[in-house]
Amino acid sequence: MAETTADHSEGMAYLDTLPRRIVTVYIPLIIILVVLLFPFYWMALTAIKPDEQLIDMDTYNPFWVVSPTLKHISKLLFETQYPVWLWNTMFVSVAATILSLFASVLAAYAIVRIRYKGAALVGGAIFLAYLVPPSILFIPLATIIQAYGLFDSPLALILVYPTILIPFSTWLLMGYFKTIPYELEECALIDGAGRWQILTKIILPLAVPGLISAGIFSLTLCWNEFIYALTFLSSTPNKTVPVAVVSEFVDGDIYRWGSLMAGALVGSLPLVILYSFFVEHYVSAMTGAVKE
Amino acid sequence: MAGLEIRNVQKSFGTTPILHGVSIDIQDGEFVILVGPSGCGKSTLLRMIAGLENITAGEIRIGSRVVNAVPPKERDIAMVFQNYALYPHMTVRDNMAFSLKLRKAPKDETATRVNRAAAILGLEKLLDRYPRQLSGGQRQRVAMGRAIVRDPQVFLFDEPLSNLDAKLRVAMRAEIKELHQRLRTTTVYVTHDQIEAMTMADKIVVMHDGNVEQIGAPLELYDRPDNMFVAGFIGSPAMNFLKGQVTGNSFRTDGGLTLPLPTRGARPAEGQRAVYGLRPEHVRLAEGGVPVEVAVVEPTGSETLVLVRPPGEAAGTDLVKDLGRDMACVFRERIAARPGERIAITADPNLVHLFDPESGRRLS
Ligand SMILES: Nc1ncnc2c1ncn2[C@@H]1O[C@H](COP(=O)(O)OP(=O)(O)OP(=O)(O)O)[C@@H](O)[C@H]1O
Ligand SMILES: [Mg+2]
Repeated sequence: MAETTADHSEGMAYLDTLPRRIVTVYIPLIIILVVLLFPFYWMALTAIKPDEQLIDMDTYNPFWVVSPTLKHISKLLFETQYPVWLWNTMFVSVAATILSLFASVLAAYAIVRIRYKGAALVGGAIFLAYLVPPSILFIPLATIIQAYGLFDSPLALILVYPTILIPFSTWLLMGYFKTIPYELEECALIDGAGRWQILTKIILPLAVPGLISAGIFSLTLCWNEFIYALTFLSSTPNKTVPVAVVSEFVDGDIYRWGSLMAGALVGSLPLVILYSFFVEHYVSAMTGAVKE
Repeated sequence: MAGLEIRNVQKSFGTTPILHGVSIDIQDGEFVILVGPSGCGKSTLLRMIAGLENITAGEIRIGSRVVNAVPPKERDIAMVFQNYALYPHMTVRDNMAFSLKLRKAPKDETATRVNRAAAILGLEKLLDRYPRQLSGGQRQRVAMGRAIVRDPQVFLFDEPLSNLDAKLRVAMRAEIKELHQRLRTTTVYVTHDQIEAMTMADKIVVMHDGNVEQIGAPLELYDRPDNMFVAGFIGSPAMNFLKGQVTGNSFRTDGGLTLPLPTRGARPAEGQRAVYGLRPEHVRLAEGGVPVEVAVVEPTGSETLVLVRPPGEAAGTDLVKDLGRDMACVFRERIAARPGERIAITADPNLVHLFDPESGRRLS
């Protein structure tokens, strides 16, 4: 892997002089970094600003903080139900992700590898399902949730989130499974494996990067999901972080910016940690196929 | 171990017929090679034996059991694929042990079998490597190891050597043959390399466009090809086919060469149109023979390839196929002739063939 990134071809030689590299590589990178990281910086900054510095932009530099405080964070953790919300979010996300991955693996494998009539059609239909936006779906789904008596229960979200997660994960995994040579499966078939063994012993081990990216994608989506969580959950101890932070820390038109941002910051940390573990897999799954 | 019987097997993909009734009998322990040009259906037939393709019509038996409806894993066969199909996420050891593990064989038995196969193929030092850490030849050997470990009734090989360089191919050829002599497992081996076929097979099946053209021992196919396709396919450089007719005691080509009639078989009728088959290596230099004009001389060291044409004629006037534009001759002796010069040649009447120009079948 590592040595393939070094490119000795003539074509890239124009990047080799430093001034050119600055213009073509570093400046664009820095601009992208600033644009991407500024919101995060702002969030972190606000989370540790004492209250009086938050809105007083004349006396204090809005881009900096003097005498930072952990007051918002400690208040968040010890005086609100934030830990419960965090737990709810985690539970719902993990459960929905596992459910979706399981269904997606089976769906993707069936569509890609089992030759039956209409496989391509099913694939297309699943993609169409992905295109339907949640803001349209949540009204009919609300009726269904109500009918099953799942309203205000985490189960509602665990069952609803897969409607967004499965189509995407299925598509991602389909692309991934397609890159696994068919002959490996035929070979396993002759070696005496059944479908289930082929799936668990050959396909899944080879698709681990794909599974990780589908998993991370699903987890992130659940973690940040707002509309369904807002609609289907009502009581404070059942809420997930994105909804709770907004509904509990905004009183009428008073925004408690410190608590809001502290909630957002703490809420995003688990994902950041997760990403940092799997980023390599994630990138390789997005860009590449099975390496023999 | 078991024999293999293929009875009038047909195969269509959708409405496209690919195999038109193939029948082959393979004895227990035989090494049979399927040869034929690309696209003639060799792999398809092999995959049908393996159970990877279903059989449109006809019957395949392994041992005495009809296996048409038997899934691959119950056929007790092992297959080596052209690109080896090693499991990339398993070590060499696990690759070889995979089938035994699936069969829930006892651990120590699996280990002994894997070690024995590794010893046979010289893979002992590589057992803990992954396929990506192996060279092409080593991968090939692992693929064979995976087949050997199973101790199956039938080995199937689909062009196992075509990804190797020429030298390695020759070495592996010998290795596979030796392996077969040791294990005596019935083997069906697909290749489109006729040298591979000639050197390794007990029996060669020549296929063409979904039909079997001829089945026989390598030298039988070489000495007595049933038709022009087999005659042209087996042997290298390919047999020359000359158009002409029977005149008196000899054969007169359209380019005006007079060549001896074959001694074998019934005498063809006077004036009959025919195709004269003459292998390049059966042409000899002879004082007072047929004069021909040299077009190209290609010495290879051990022998000399000379392309000749009837004197004063354009290239290829009497050749049937556009295989070459001139008649090829291979001489053991070194030839000093220059292009344009004339040499005198003759053909051994015991080694020439006559074919029907319409059907391509052998006359007599
Ligand atoms: N799955 C398939 N669907 C449709 N046609 C196929 C399929 N597999 C093979 N064919 C066709 O069947 C014919 C025989 O193919 P096959 O792979 O058996 O040839 P082959 O003799 O092995 O050739 P090669 O020496 O190039 O490997 C070809 O014309 C091919 O296009
Ligand atoms: Mg083939």
